[in-house]
Amino acid sequence: MGITVVEVTKRFGDFVALDDVSVAIPEGSLTALLGPSGSGKSTLLRVIAGLDEPDSGQVSLGDDDVTHLPARARGVGMVFQHYAAFKHMTVWDNVAFGLKVRKRPKDEIRRRVSELLELVQLDGLSKRYPAQLSGGQRQRMALARALAVDPEVLLLDEPFGALDARVRKELRAWLRRLHDEVHVTTIIVTHDQEEAMEVAGQIVVINRGRVEQVGTPRELYESPANEFVMSFVGPVNKIGETFVRPRDISIGLEPDGESTEAMVERVVHLGFEVRAELVRDDGQHLVAQLTEEEAQALELERGLIVYVKPSRQTVFST
Amino acid sequence: MIGRYALRFGALGYLAFLLLLPVGLVFYRTFEHGVAPAWDAVTSPQALHALWLTLLIAAVAVPLNTLFGVTLAISLVRHRFPGCGLVNAVVDLPVALSPVVVGLSLYLLYGTGGWLGGLAGHGIKILFALPGMILATIFVSLPFVVREVVPVLREIGTDQEQAAETLGATPFTTFRRITLPAIRWAVCYGVVLTTARAIGEFGAVSIVSGRIEGKTETLPLYVQSQFEGFNTTGAFAASVVLALIALATVVAMRMFRPGGEAS
Repeated sequence: MGITVVEVTKRFGDFVALDDVSVAIPEGSLTALLGPSGSGKSTLLRVIAGLDEPDSGQVSLGDDDVTHLPARARGVGMVFQHYAAFKHMTVWDNVAFGLKVRKRPKDEIRRRVSELLELVQLDGLSKRYPAQLSGGQRQRMALARALAVDPEVLLLDEPFGALDARVRKELRAWLRRLHDEVHVTTIIVTHDQEEAMEVAGQIVVINRGRVEQVGTPRELYESPANEFVMSFVGPVNKIGETFVRPRDISIGLEPDGESTEAMVERVVHLGFEVRAELVRDDGQHLVAQLTEEEAQALELERGLIVYVKPSRQTVFST
Repeated sequence: MIGRYALRFGALGYLAFLLLLPVGLVFYRTFEHGVAPAWDAVTSPQALHALWLTLLIAAVAVPLNTLFGVTLAISLVRHRFPGCGLVNAVVDLPVALSPVVVGLSLYLLYGTGGWLGGLAGHGIKILFALPGMILATIFVSLPFVVREVVPVLREIGTDQEQAAETLGATPFTTFRRITLPAIRWAVCYGVVLTTARAIGEFGAVSIVSGRIEGKTETLPLYVQSQFEGFNTTGAFAASVVLALIALATVVAMRMFRPGGEAS
């Protein structure tokens, strides 16, 4: 079911969390709400879930206006950053909660819960309590719990934010696969651009309560709408009013007509990639990104004098 | 090393001298002449009536304060309302206020010429009767459940309740299946404290009850009246009953204490 948000504004006292936000989330998509902390992305998710009521504007699920419907009647599944596990219930009872509340037949509950526990690979741990699970397991349990009630829409509020980097990476890939299987319209809130790019098909960039840009990860990276998006979705060098991605800085050992002299300050090896930190003769600091191969060919090392020029740059009209 | 032993010895000595010695002495004096006289004293009709009245008052005051305490705690933590801070402060008043003042204020309110003194003329007897004693007990034992539940509610936060809501639970179901199980040990602990206070209350009840022997005399009042009437055996024996109830309370508190094995 698609989600439509039209001109939604939400204030907390003097603070404007959402300022006239309109977004359309296509049915079956996996969309990321990406923005820095305090940008309003979580508030937007909570407005869609029905946990916060907007001051003005409209929220629709499919063709139904749900703006004034309580969360329990919206048919959304929600996953919270800190798991929100029911601590006094076993894994099984956590997942069964929504079905029990809906007074589904016992047989159906049993079947559905074991199906879901298998889906999230927790079938052996159904009798455990949340305190006996790792963070990643808890979050998968929370996901199964949200999916148990066959939600029209799945809402994930920084679901991997409290996990360590390795588990986070695993769960991202796993979520991606899960979405390919389950096809439920999914929104994931994150402040991590890498996470958004890796997981989502569509990204909504939010800043200070406003939507800055909506697009595919590639569109955002290749043609950012403004300075904020440009610098938020990836590393960037700012030279005067010009923005250059680190990988768009070409390095040569001989000067040509357009290049500028620079000195290598630091070379960082990141496996396949190499990051070179340079300082131009006019004092401008630059970060360039190359492959290991390119770096070897140039014999990059600290103190080396090179000649740099941007192969591609962006200027935003103000 | 020596300093640590001195500290430990000092603390234990303090406890022994101020708590164990006097209470132990009551036990000793009660059973000085064997169990029989003490048993006779606590099974006298007047003593039994006092015990029954004490338990009856607790049986009314404790559930009411529990219900009110949980409701108020949820209102204070989960809902912002005007006067929130004031209510929060007023809840502690019964702890700070001397029970005698509580008794006196109830006396002024319901006594002859008081704002609600006219009720007596309509056959509703509050002062010098059970209702007044219950009111006084409720007053003095009011804060305990609230004070135990509020921090636990704060700590568990709203995530679980919101998760339940998105899963289709009504507010009542959420309370019953999510909130209540999360705060149950705090409620139990609060109930134990409330019960202890209700059973031990002397000052406020002393004033509003009128201390009519065999009618409005609770166990603590009975102890006082027997002591004043030089029936020391009766006074000591009833004291032992109160002390045993207190002991049971302490044991229950150990079981329910937040962070103990039970929670």
